[in-house]
Amino acid sequence: METLLDEIVAKYNYWIYVVLMMIGFYAMIGKSNLVKKLIGMNIFQTAIILMFISAGVKKGGGIPILDKQAVLERGVEAASIVNPLPHVLMLTAIVVAVSVTGVALAILQRIHGQFGTLEEDEILEKIER
Amino acid sequence: MSFLNLHMYGLTAPLVGAMLLYAAGRLGSRITLPIVFGSLSISLAASVLVFAEVLHVGPFSYTVGNWEPPYGIELVVDHLGALMILLISSVSLAAALSSSRSVAADLHERRRPFFTLYLILIAGLYGLALTGDAFNLYVLLEITSITTYGLIALGRGRAALSSFNYIVMGSIGACFYLLGIGYLYILTGTLNMADLHRIIPLLDGRGAALATAFAFLMVGLWIKMAFFPLHVWLPNAYTDMPDGAAVLIAPLMTKVTIFLMIRVMFSIFSPVYEFIQHMGVQQTIVGVAAVGIVCASAMALGQRDLRRMLAYIIIAEVGYMVGGLWLANAKGMTGAILHIVNDALMTLCLFLAAAAIAHRCGGMEFDRLQGLTRRMPLTMAAFIVGALSMIGVPPTCGFFSKWYLLLGGIEAGQWLYVGALIFSSLVNAVLFFRIIEIAFFPAAAAGDHGGGPQTVREAPQAMLQPLLVSAAALIGVGLATGPIVERVVRFALPVGF
Repeated sequence: METLLDEIVAKYNYWIYVVLMMIGFYAMIGKSNLVKKLIGMNIFQTAIILMFISAGVKKGGGIPILDKQAVLERGVEAASIVNPLPHVLMLTAIVVAVSVTGVALAILQRIHGQFGTLEEDEILEKIER
Repeated sequence: MSFLNLHMYGLTAPLVGAMLLYAAGRLGSRITLPIVFGSLSISLAASVLVFAEVLHVGPFSYTVGNWEPPYGIELVVDHLGALMILLISSVSLAAALSSSRSVAADLHERRRPFFTLYLILIAGLYGLALTGDAFNLYVLLEITSITTYGLIALGRGRAALSSFNYIVMGSIGACFYLLGIGYLYILTGTLNMADLHRIIPLLDGRGAALATAFAFLMVGLWIKMAFFPLHVWLPNAYTDMPDGAAVLIAPLMTKVTIFLMIRVMFSIFSPVYEFIQHMGVQQTIVGVAAVGIVCASAMALGQRDLRRMLAYIIIAEVGYMVGGLWLANAKGMTGAILHIVNDALMTLCLFLAAAAIAHRCGGMEFDRLQGLTRRMPLTMAAFIVGALSMIGVPPTCGFFSKWYLLLGGIEAGQWLYVGALIFSSLVNAVLFFRIIEIAFFPAAAAGDHGGGPQTVREAPQAMLQPLLVSAAALIGVGLATGPIVERVVRFALPVGF
């Protein structure tokens, strides 16, 4: 029991991302309101972004902007700077998430205009009729 | 212009075309089609030249912007990639010809945004076939998906709802893929496929994390390709989208995703990892594929709408290819890779025929098809060729890839999979002969439907020509199976097969 607790405390950032992901997943699958589904999708994507970012953290690491003179003299100390690549990847992932959200919102607007509601069961009822 | 950057012209032509179309399209709708056909022709010409180059000289790689891999994004043009870009550009040109006509009828005032999305989708697919970078693959996958969401939502009726459900499922798939990439990056510190391929065997003792990454990548791609039981989004989305979009999306999207699975399995991971270090997995996946083939075929039997039936057949075909790849022998993999090409062409042929029928009859319910062989003889002839290929009758190409898959299944002793293939072929025979029977006999009570079958004429030239070409290609590719396997597919198999 204690080892499990230690494990959770030591890697709490990953546990937070798993919990967030599950919340998002539940909203996407379990909710019948389409806007709630979309919000669940955003939580899901945010969880993954947090995972990447927390993987890039270094204790005591500074920003990865280097002084050319210092690097030429002493070389790069990898421990003193944070790896910028996960952040750059997540910038791209955020752009993707924003565009998907934008397209989804536009489509929701069309659904609302067409059926007058955003509850999935009500829409399906109207289609049946 | 050297051969080394020819594929870049093929990739950028649709992309530049899309921007040009959206910006200049305001001037008038007359320049829409010349831009579309111009950029797709450039793309096709470049693909043909690149394909010939790869056949003669062999695979090559290209570093975009001269940023050296593993830090920069590398484009890899190998035999399989060259085959895919040839397939993508030829299918998209044929589909665009037909779309130009059905879009003019269905979505006249929204033609410009339609073709803008269409060209971006093609550029995205083209990029997917070439990229050698795992994260770049994610971005391109989302470019193709987002444009597909938009194209589906342009349809009528419940299209917007189908599109939204596809967005939810597609985003889960893409997020799983991204998560898998994250695990791989944490383990290896690189995103370049060749670099990953080199480092992964060195990661002794990290088996659990690596297996998690692999599982996330696979499940993500399976959602995107609608592998049973993750297929629920596909039938509605493919039934409701506009005809002009269906002829492009149905042949290419699932097939390109299967190509991506090959990339993940053999270019990032290796056959040793999948088939030797994790023996039990392979059995399970082939079993699921067999169940998926049977279920999807059975569900196709229950449909009363031509396009919905074809959508279920696509799900069964995905099962063919995933199962074939996981058979883990040379025959099964050859069959699966061959089936990517063949299934794209068969689906193209059938969906072009369906679009032509919908254009003339106003819908695709089976009742509307009565007496069509007399009204639209050429369309139905091409449809029958496509149907025979789906069933697997020689000399159409569907027979040859199915033959390889069957031989592979027998060699691997996967009798469930072999049984599922045979069952699905029989079901396809029932499905298509039912339609052919309906089409051969004239309506019992003609004039039941508004503008009934009496007024139906042969499809317009713009829809008929690509249809006939694709039907001819089915037989041509079937007869050329030997050289294709010998000169292309053999090199696409992973080392050791």
